[in-house]
Amino acid sequence: MSTATPVTTPPLKAEKISTAGVAKKRLSSPWASIAAIVIAVLWTLPTFGLLVSSFRPEREIKTTGWWTFFSDPTTTFENYSKVFGEEGGVNLAAFFVNSLIICIPSVLIPMSIAALSAYAFAWIKFPGRNVLFLMIFALQIVPLQVTLIPLLKIFVSIDITGTFWTLWLSHATFALPLAIYLLHNFMREIPAGLIEAARVDGAGHVSIFFKVMLPLLTPALAAFGIFQFLWVWNDLLVALVFAGGGDEVAPITLQLANLSGTRGTAWHLLSAGAFVSIIVPVTVFLLLQRYFVRGLLAGSVKG
Amino acid sequence: MFNTASTTPEKILQMLAALLLFAAVMGVILFIAGRFGGKRGDKVVAYLYLLPAVLMLAVGLVYPGLRTIYQSFFDAAGSSFIGFDNYGTIFSDKDQLTVLRNTVFWVVVTPFVATAIGLVYAILVDKSRFESFAKALIFLPMSISFVAAGVIWKFVYEYRPDQGNVKQIGLVNQLIVWLGGKPIQLLIETPLNTFLLIIVMIWIQAGFAMTILSAAIKAIPDDIIEAARLDGVNAWSMFRKITLPSVQPTVVVVLTTIGIGTLKVFDIVRTMTGGNFETSVIANEFYRQTFNADNQGLGAALAVLLFVLVIPIVIYNIRSLRRSEAS
Repeated sequence: MSTATPVTTPPLKAEKISTAGVAKKRLSSPWASIAAIVIAVLWTLPTFGLLVSSFRPEREIKTTGWWTFFSDPTTTFENYSKVFGEEGGVNLAAFFVNSLIICIPSVLIPMSIAALSAYAFAWIKFPGRNVLFLMIFALQIVPLQVTLIPLLKIFVSIDITGTFWTLWLSHATFALPLAIYLLHNFMREIPAGLIEAARVDGAGHVSIFFKVMLPLLTPALAAFGIFQFLWVWNDLLVALVFAGGGDEVAPITLQLANLSGTRGTAWHLLSAGAFVSIIVPVTVFLLLQRYFVRGLLAGSVKG
Repeated sequence: MFNTASTTPEKILQMLAALLLFAAVMGVILFIAGRFGGKRGDKVVAYLYLLPAVLMLAVGLVYPGLRTIYQSFFDAAGSSFIGFDNYGTIFSDKDQLTVLRNTVFWVVVTPFVATAIGLVYAILVDKSRFESFAKALIFLPMSISFVAAGVIWKFVYEYRPDQGNVKQIGLVNQLIVWLGGKPIQLLIETPLNTFLLIIVMIWIQAGFAMTILSAAIKAIPDDIIEAARLDGVNAWSMFRKITLPSVQPTVVVVLTTIGIGTLKVFDIVRTMTGGNFETSVIANEFYRQTFNADNQGLGAALAVLLFVLVIPIVIYNIRSLRRSEAS
């Protein structure tokens, strides 16, 4: 967390030799390939097994292993219709909507607030700049657990418990130190000449922010946005503390965790439920992998 | 607007209202900032831009953090001062010692194994024809929730009693049976179960290690590699004398980052065992003490302990970064 990783991604144009490449050749390729394939299979098999199971009839999931599917394939979509519908008591559709409703403001709010702050830190001189920046940077290491109970008491006292506001506000706050740090680093790399030229033309900080900074900032905003989206979508702890268990506010991870706790052997529901919950993050990840990796390389893993 | 919304249209409306309200606040800040110019105005603009972030961090992070530290010196109900007793409990109570022991297992095993696998895999697939596909396979677990990962692996570890016609549905127990063994209640057997949970975290974090290390490997200058190749260096010493020293600073960052993440692991334990059968860790115990056992003081002390344990790792991380930048 919280520290720049000393790596850069070089342009990958010319086919060049690398230590790894040499090491691999010398290791006589078959062994290297076999080792890579073994790791890849080990990493994929658990997910694959559950995916196959989610399309098998309940009775078969519970009596035979998923690998028997290949000698005796029977498929059904019943598990998925059961977890989505209300009659099964799972009602994932409602929790799915909640997750989206939680995520959108939880990404947009810290992103805009952090962009403003990062701009001030990067391009305006004011007393106390370095100290304040260092303090915010240091806040990245505070574990969420330390803040939860007092925050819950604040939410009780202003009477917003059991609403989306608790999750929006807390996710937005927790994201700020990392977001400010990432965006600040990115903004510092923009040539000072650009900003000075705009100032000479008589532009104020507001129009510089919108006309010069924002267009250049898109990749950094995208990197942070994906990071934060995955974080919020996958969060369990914050939701458990603030959202309550009902289908009004709780996100899909919470319902899946409850299902695993109360009906731990209902594999037909658990398997389908797990895949409904991972379809969104996996899609986002596959589409925007480039930005996500850039975000990882630039910074940090919070929590 | 601040009530609980119960239907989907109501929820969407509430979200839009929140976003509008937020946009209005930002609009006011920008409007005021726009009225200030010149050198002295700059300061005002800066403070206006920082206002929302500083306010939120002060109320939502700094105050709660200090409050929790204060609370950790009070009893279960949070009413009478008991000094360091909660911390004493953590280091003497039998159950709490198990929690500490498990946390040590997690933090020691996960970073090293995940980083080693990530490094080996990054080297193996580097420059291969299927590099990006091969990487995506390992990296995908990183994008899903710990809860979903917990469910996926719980299925792998599933146990069916060893009776005549009962078939195993979990992969691990089926393998054991195929190899002629008896099925094991994997998640109940201690301390085996803690290590089985750790595997889930390794499964998630190896992708992270691989991505970062792969970028570091690609950044090693060509001329160094070429020179070594002309010297006829073999694969193993190429790895030991060139690859490893070049990526060493990155390895430290990866190790510490995974270490910090592992220290706070909660969802995996909660989803897979609920912290039962001696699998609890500090982050899970914090939740259990605070919400299930109603012991706010002990819960607060566990949260503070988590905080205290993170600090040396971060300092080490920053130090080694500085050293690598200086050299």
